[in-house]
Amino acid sequence: MSRLTERLHRMLHADDRLDREMAAEWEEAPAGKPASLPPEEVNPDTPAEQPDWWISVPFRQGRGLRRLLVVLSVLLCVGIITVLVITAQYLPHFGQAGNPANNEVSRRYIENGMEETGAVNIVAGMILDYRAFDTLGESNVLFTAVCAVMLLLRVSADKRRSAAYQLELETDDRMYEPKNDLILRSIARLLIPCILLLGMYIILNGHLSPGGGFSGGAVMGAGLILMLNAYGFRRMERFFTIRLFRAVTVCALSFYALSKAYSFFTGANHLPSVITPGTPGMIFSAGLIPYLNISVGLVVCCTIYSLYTLFRKGDL
Amino acid sequence: MSLWQSIPFACILLPLAAAALTAALPTRRARYVAGFVLLVQTVLSALLVARMASGNESYVYMMGHYPAPWGNEIRVGLLESVIGLFFSLVMTLSVLGGLFVLEQELLSDRHSLMSALLLLLSSALQAQVYTNDLFTAYVFVEIMTISAVGLIAAHDTGRGQVAAMRYMIMNLIGSALFLLSIILLYDLTGHLLMSPIHDSVGSLRGSGAYRLPLTVVVALMCGGLAIKSALWPFHTWVPDAYGTSTPAASAILSSLVSEGYVFLMVKLIWRMLGPETIVSTHVNDVILVFGIIGMISGSVGAIRQVNIKRLIAWSSVAQIGYMYMGIGLGTAAGLEAACFHILSHAAAKALLFLSANSLHAVSGSYRMEYIRGSGRRAPLAAAAFIVGALSLVGIPFTAGFASKWFFAQAGLAYGSLRMILVFAALVISTALNVVYFMGAIIRIFSPADDGLSRPDKRVGPLRYVALAGLAGLTVLLGCIPGQIMAWITEGLSRFG
Repeated sequence: MSRLTERLHRMLHADDRLDREMAAEWEEAPAGKPASLPPEEVNPDTPAEQPDWWISVPFRQGRGLRRLLVVLSVLLCVGIITVLVITAQYLPHFGQAGNPANNEVSRRYIENGMEETGAVNIVAGMILDYRAFDTLGESNVLFTAVCAVMLLLRVSADKRRSAAYQLELETDDRMYEPKNDLILRSIARLLIPCILLLGMYIILNGHLSPGGGFSGGAVMGAGLILMLNAYGFRRMERFFTIRLFRAVTVCALSFYALSKAYSFFTGANHLPSVITPGTPGMIFSAGLIPYLNISVGLVVCCTIYSLYTLFRKGDL
Repeated sequence: MSLWQSIPFACILLPLAAAALTAALPTRRARYVAGFVLLVQTVLSALLVARMASGNESYVYMMGHYPAPWGNEIRVGLLESVIGLFFSLVMTLSVLGGLFVLEQELLSDRHSLMSALLLLLSSALQAQVYTNDLFTAYVFVEIMTISAVGLIAAHDTGRGQVAAMRYMIMNLIGSALFLLSIILLYDLTGHLLMSPIHDSVGSLRGSGAYRLPLTVVVALMCGGLAIKSALWPFHTWVPDAYGTSTPAASAILSSLVSEGYVFLMVKLIWRMLGPETIVSTHVNDVILVFGIIGMISGSVGAIRQVNIKRLIAWSSVAQIGYMYMGIGLGTAAGLEAACFHILSHAAAKALLFLSANSLHAVSGSYRMEYIRGSGRRAPLAAAAFIVGALSLVGIPFTAGFASKWFFAQAGLAYGSLRMILVFAALVISTALNVVYFMGAIIRIFSPADDGLSRPDKRVGPLRYVALAGLAGLTVLLGCIPGQIMAWITEGLSRFG
């Protein structure tokens, strides 16, 4: 328990020490410099590097100025909020028939959407067929975020193998994880199959009812996180490793990008495409949409789970 | 539709598809895949420019089976293809010069993720250049933001992490403002496609309806993109973000990511909102004033630096100020000059960052007292640094001279106050540029007899290829500015 309180204490009082530590650390990042160099001597004749005044003001100055800056930023936010609220009063009134947003674009989505895309769920037809390019970008936003988080949080291979790190993980596990918690395990045993099934249902029926890859994947990811908390890392690692994660993401994203590339290319060049809408309402209908939903769902599920484990222990 | 017309589609989709693969490959192969894809992208873009310059009309390319207001589309014109070629060329050269010398800078198991992020960034830049749809622009702005954060944070120093955090906060505020403006504009016009928005904003302006919301939209859109591209007073994240990241990352962030946002702004102003809207809401005056203050304060900030990388980062603030000054003039000539400056700054800034890293390799630190004398230890890198510096100062036969010339011409079109403002800003900023760049060059070439021990690392041949390419680009832009400017003018006139 002492480690936890110590961490909390450090976090709470970090602000007071921030300026000193930062000043020491920021002076020169040591990474670019080989270890053979002698440590830099502080020469009183040459002035130290001037921190940029905009940045350093909140750290360098006393409490008064810091408080002034806080007040100013609150005022700025209030000002922006006021302007936005006033602007909202001048917008077209919500829900009127003559609003600019009720034009031929939404009319075609609503009237011809099912016939053209084969999807009963118009939203799925819009995001995965009409405006599929945006959604391709959107799923890559998610992938970019995972890459960035892995870049930041994944512990290096050397450190992962070291005994000290393993010990730290063990202590962390003992402190934060309820080991063999009977209640949690019993409930999890009941709930996890239901959660995973619900997630699969949402993904597979994405073109027939509200839902789809993003929401269903999030549900399945939550189920995996519950499983992790109930049964611990050892058991999860038996099937969910970084290899599996990579294989699933690469396959799903490549399938998404390639199938959509085919669809864009045939569409732009007015070539016949093998993808047809099918009979609306059937499970195998709506062209590519169910398969895209499955691949998005897999990516989202793995992403949510891996973000949790990356924040938790720096590896999958 | 002929096959070459699919080139922009390939430039966007190829890196996007390769990125997922790259993230899963081992280090060395990931780098080769990334380099190869970027090379292919550059070659394809060059083919496209050749086609477009030989007189082909601009066209729209459907991304899917549905025509534009319903489906997505991209628009390809001369201006877009020229900017797209430059972005992918500078990207390839920066990666060539930066990514292959990462061993000493980065933990080894991060390289493939870094390659993946670079590919995603490149794809997003191309999509940004060619998009004709506001929401597509927003999606790819998000990819650019997140991958840029990843690139900054990849350098595992305390300061690098703080810089990435600061960059992320500022950029997310910018994204939020931009998204708000898209929502408001959709509410007013009912469209996300640029050309119908242009028509309906024109009729709103004519009838005087929704005047306040339209002003707020313009202000939010320009404000959001200005925050993201580091216009003064939103530039506070620049020195740390560019000063702490790896060489490839700082070159790409400063010379491509900010410029990508500036080009998006030029496009939105010219193709969607219309220059008259910007002028009638007086947002352009604010941009002009901020741009001019940025030109001066960026240079003043650079003079005070004793760290060569931060000096270059501060000079970015000044150069972004130039572009916004061009946009703030609100005329076609101003926007053309801003577009030309995007190209000249992209080449020169990447050149400066990469050569500064080569000087660092033979000096052991970016601080000026260590850099002293590095011109004798790595003469070729120092020569490249001089070319970049001369271009930013504005010496004839370099790109910077041409862009300053175009800015001055754009200013001449005005009488009175604005002309005086623009000329004064150009003169003062040039003088300040001379002060800090000449100071740096003199230090680089003065003898190092101060007893500091410096490492004797060698700079790889690939770095020299990249430096030569970027220096050649800078000189080329300076020698044939007329041709490039003719392309830009023609592209901009076919824009609307």
